[in-house]
Amino acid sequence: MATDHSRITARFMISPAVFLLLGWMIVPLSMTIYFSFLNYNLLSPGLEEWIGLTNYEFFLTDPAFFEALANTLQLVLGVLFLTVCGGVGLAVLLDQPMWGQGIVRILVIAPFFIMPTVSALVWKNMFMNPVNGLFAHLAKGLGLEAFDFFGQAPLLSITFIVAWQWLPFATLIFLTALQSLDKEQIEAAKMDGARKFNRFYHIVLPHLSRAITVVILILTIFLLSIFAEILVTTNGGPGYASTNITYLVYAQSLLQFDVGGGSAGGIVAVVLANIVAVFLMRMIGKNLEN
Amino acid sequence: MGRIQLKNVTKRFGKLEVIPPMNLEIDEGEFVVFVGPSGCGKSTLLRMIAGLEDVTSGQVLINGEDATHVRPARRGLAMVFQSYALYPHMTVRNNIAFPLKMAKAGREEIEKRVTSAADILNLSSYLDRRPGQLSGGQRQRVAIGRAIVREPKAFLFDEPLSNLDAALRVNMRLEISRLHQSLGTTMIYVTHDQVEAMTMADKIVVLNAGTVEQVGSPMELYRNPVNMFVAGFIGSPKMNFLYGDFAADRSAHAIGIRPEHLTLSTQSGTWKGSIGIAEHFGADTFLHVTLKDDTQLTVRAEGENNLGHGDIIYVTPMDGRIHHFDENEMLRRG
Ligand SMILES: Nc1ncnc2c1ncn2[C@@H]1O[C@H](COP(=O)(O)OP(=O)(O)OP(=O)(O)O)[C@@H](O)[C@H]1O
Ligand SMILES: [Mg+2]
Repeated sequence: MATDHSRITARFMISPAVFLLLGWMIVPLSMTIYFSFLNYNLLSPGLEEWIGLTNYEFFLTDPAFFEALANTLQLVLGVLFLTVCGGVGLAVLLDQPMWGQGIVRILVIAPFFIMPTVSALVWKNMFMNPVNGLFAHLAKGLGLEAFDFFGQAPLLSITFIVAWQWLPFATLIFLTALQSLDKEQIEAAKMDGARKFNRFYHIVLPHLSRAITVVILILTIFLLSIFAEILVTTNGGPGYASTNITYLVYAQSLLQFDVGGGSAGGIVAVVLANIVAVFLMRMIGKNLEN
Repeated sequence: MGRIQLKNVTKRFGKLEVIPPMNLEIDEGEFVVFVGPSGCGKSTLLRMIAGLEDVTSGQVLINGEDATHVRPARRGLAMVFQSYALYPHMTVRNNIAFPLKMAKAGREEIEKRVTSAADILNLSSYLDRRPGQLSGGQRQRVAIGRAIVREPKAFLFDEPLSNLDAALRVNMRLEISRLHQSLGTTMIYVTHDQVEAMTMADKIVVLNAGTVEQVGSPMELYRNPVNMFVAGFIGSPKMNFLYGDFAADRSAHAIGIRPEHLTLSTQSGTWKGSIGIAEHFGADTFLHVTLKDDTQLTVRAEGENNLGHGDIIYVTPMDGRIHHFDENEMLRRG
């Protein structure tokens, strides 16, 4: 089907969509780049002036930047780890024939339908609250001291909440992948003397590798820009303990009204995201071929 | 080593009884073919022997020992699947080595056995490829290689050739027969193709709706089918069945005569008919003849003839080649 002629036609046919998307992206991007070179503060409107790279200098030398960078990485990696491991485990469990399979599957998928703000608030107020939360009650019931999740381990708590939200997505993808696994391969492995663990390790896991790659790629893109969960739980605090790059940009431009600085931060975030994307593609994109 | 016995084995899927009580003996070193129409329970039976399917009741004995509840790997049988079931992410070498690795064989041992299996199956130059980069026939051989290295008590094949084209199928048929001769291991082979059954088997088990219709050597089944099902299933082209006056003349419910057991004449004979279609195969010609009462008859004639549509011919059955069947479609003796 890939004759030269059909390829040219195909290019031609998709060009309107490509141009639309390009325009959609180019306009805000160039405005952001433009703002990032201005001294542009909303508290003093009309006084914008060209200041070159100063915004970038401030943003990149701010100690908060490095903390936010580390937090971003920690958040992304932590959530990836939890969702991929948990997702594979859950998918394998859900793939077993059992009673009430349909309902259990729907229950597992449910968190995905809850808005991030809502789920974060539910976790914050109903589960992790050190006074009224369910965990606090449990701890008290066991005679332990209640743990102040967002005070003691803010980033970890957010990691956990976000992982809880994305777990269904990963599980769903892994489950579909599992269902496309040829049952005869498993049976062949049984005949070949592979016990449960070996069947999982040698047959199921390699079969899932492509799905795992897809989940990691997609999740990374979303996880780099986590915002709502931080805003409604910790506001980035205490200090900068749970501030990621996205939240830092928000704090800069909307809490300090520094549009120029915020834009510079945004551009830095874009560059970082692209570095990560290239890195990921290099590292695991190979998995997607053949 | 590989004697397999089924004692009153049954299988149900829920309420559906797929295999009613079945008894079967497979001797050491035999090449046994299960043959029957689609859905008759061949695969189910094979999978019960392999241990991939639970037996509802009855016993499976391997070398005299009860293996009914032994898990597949412990039964010492190897299976070749219809889809080959190769591990797509492993090289051919690792595919073949997998059962050995699972058995924790030593490195040199694995290397030695994989090499020898690859030699037997002409796979030596493909060892570092993945299954996806092989042709159907090569994949088939890898699947067989994976079975060979385990040195099993018996090989189980489930329609292993059905995904191959006709020419390759003939080749692989010979290769499997050759393999059986050189290894001398018991082989159970499932197919719905009676040609494979006739050409490869020491013993054919004809199945119909989960029950054994007849067990015997290919020529036994060809010469003395016990009922119309077996008679119609074994042999190609199919045996002709005649009812009505043709059968009544010989006081039977139905009579059967194979196309190759009819002689042809343009002058005189037992039955008169006209040729509908003549299929010229070169070596043989199959004539589809219409007798009186619209009865259809297939006749084998020699290849070089110029008979064709509309010609009137006379057909005579050879002496002692007519099979008589009663109302229950069973062979009537004597
Ligand atoms: N898991 C199952 N659940 C319910 N019924 C089944 C199951 N597996 C097989 N059957 C039924 O059992 C019967 C025998 O199936 P089996 O696969 O053994 O047939 P087969 O002789 O191998 O046919 P084919 O030549 O088409 O492969 C069929 O009627 C099939 O519908
Ligand atoms: Mg079958």
